[in-house]
Amino acid sequence: MAGGKERVLRRRIKSVQTTKKITKAMELIAASRIVKSQQRVLAARPYADQITEVIRNLAAAGAGGGAPLLAPREQVQTVATIVVGGDRGLSGAYNSNAIRMGERNMSAQRRDGKETVLIAVGRKVESYFRFRGYDIADAFTGFLDEPHYEDARRIAEAVVPKFEDGTYDRVDIVYTQFLSAGTQQVVTRQFLPLDTSAITETAADGPSADYDFEPGPEQILDRLLPRYAEARLFSALLEGAASFFAAQQRAMKSATDNAEELITKLSREMNRARQDSITTEIMEIVGGAEALRQSKSEGMDLIPDDALSIRDLLVDTVDYNR
Amino acid sequence: MQVELVSPERILWSGQAEMVIARTVGGGDIAFLPGHAPFVGALGTGILTVRPAGGGADEKVAVHGGFVEVSGTAESSSVTVLSDVAEMASQIDVERARRAKEQAELHLRQEHDTEAEAALRRAHVRLEAAGHTPH
Repeated sequence: MAGGKERVLRRRIKSVQTTKKITKAMELIAASRIVKSQQRVLAARPYADQITEVIRNLAAAGAGGGAPLLAPREQVQTVATIVVGGDRGLSGAYNSNAIRMGERNMSAQRRDGKETVLIAVGRKVESYFRFRGYDIADAFTGFLDEPHYEDARRIAEAVVPKFEDGTYDRVDIVYTQFLSAGTQQVVTRQFLPLDTSAITETAADGPSADYDFEPGPEQILDRLLPRYAEARLFSALLEGAASFFAAQQRAMKSATDNAEELITKLSREMNRARQDSITTEIMEIVGGAEALRQSKSEGMDLIPDDALSIRDLLVDTVDYNR
Repeated sequence: MQVELVSPERILWSGQAEMVIARTVGGGDIAFLPGHAPFVGALGTGILTVRPAGGGADEKVAVHGGFVEVSGTAESSSVTVLSDVAEMASQIDVERARRAKEQAELHLRQEHDTEAEAALRRAHVRLEAAGHTPH
């Protein structure tokens, strides 16, 4: 009977509704976590600003000539790329955008005849590149929803010494910039050697206050630059986390919308199926009554006279649009 | 003078103060009063003391490395302390610091190791900042 189709559709609607509940919940959670991550991005800014300010003062005092973290290499042989993604999926194109950008950069460098090394940050990034047989120098996972400064420091400790001893000649970082809740952008930035030219240039025409330094400017700079590197990594991690939740919120919103659309479509289909089955049933009853009436007029008195009114009764009471 | 104590994750303390005492990498303490000459210094592991303006108890902070910058004019100077590891005395887990100290001491009895030594020093500073005598 046609009721079978109706039952199947009813079950599918139930299942889509359950999925919709989940995606709706994830959407709301992601939305609230965007705000939290955004606040963390803002809270980390004073430190980065201040450290930049101190570098400017040190540069004005003439420091920075011999700092190894600042000097570009004449011969760039090996380029390390840090790709920052997420630990979890269900976030639209967030992970795949960063992965694709990283992959493209690395193949461009290989075409230039350079060695490439990959540092994966985020479970999704690691599993993608591992599956494709990339050589992963280091992988950091498990903290990308809520990165702490310690995490940035761990990454820096794995990367900076290898730059200093010449294993890497340059380090790039690929991460997702959080421009606003609506706009995020994957960018590639040079991480090491640190590019402080923008800072030191403004120092030249800024007011060079007569600062006292203890110890000397060079020694302070040597201590400061690793912290500056960590702060830059940290802000990339924080922006990545905020972008992740923004991407997830969008992805879950469109999943919820799609579920809603599907439910409407399936409900229509189900109602049509029910209508069909009701119509068929009525036709059967009417046909049966008709047959009986005919046989009565031929003298076979099987049912009461008013059997025919069943048809009118049914047509009145069945609500087609239920 | 305006004092700000900034960690990479947030501003730990901010307000007006009469005096700030910090320990530089050289090991000496240096005090900043309003109108101090512009100064940039690297901090060692030690206790940072902030005396808030208008009375009130001194704020003690355990600082493990960092930087201090004094800027501004004689009339309106400001002190900024940057530290990637800094803890306000009120937020220090004394029990944990004591456990860390014991662990480091135990470790040092067996073999000499700079990491354990640094851990011991950090534990001492934490306990001292929290107002507990480390010995």
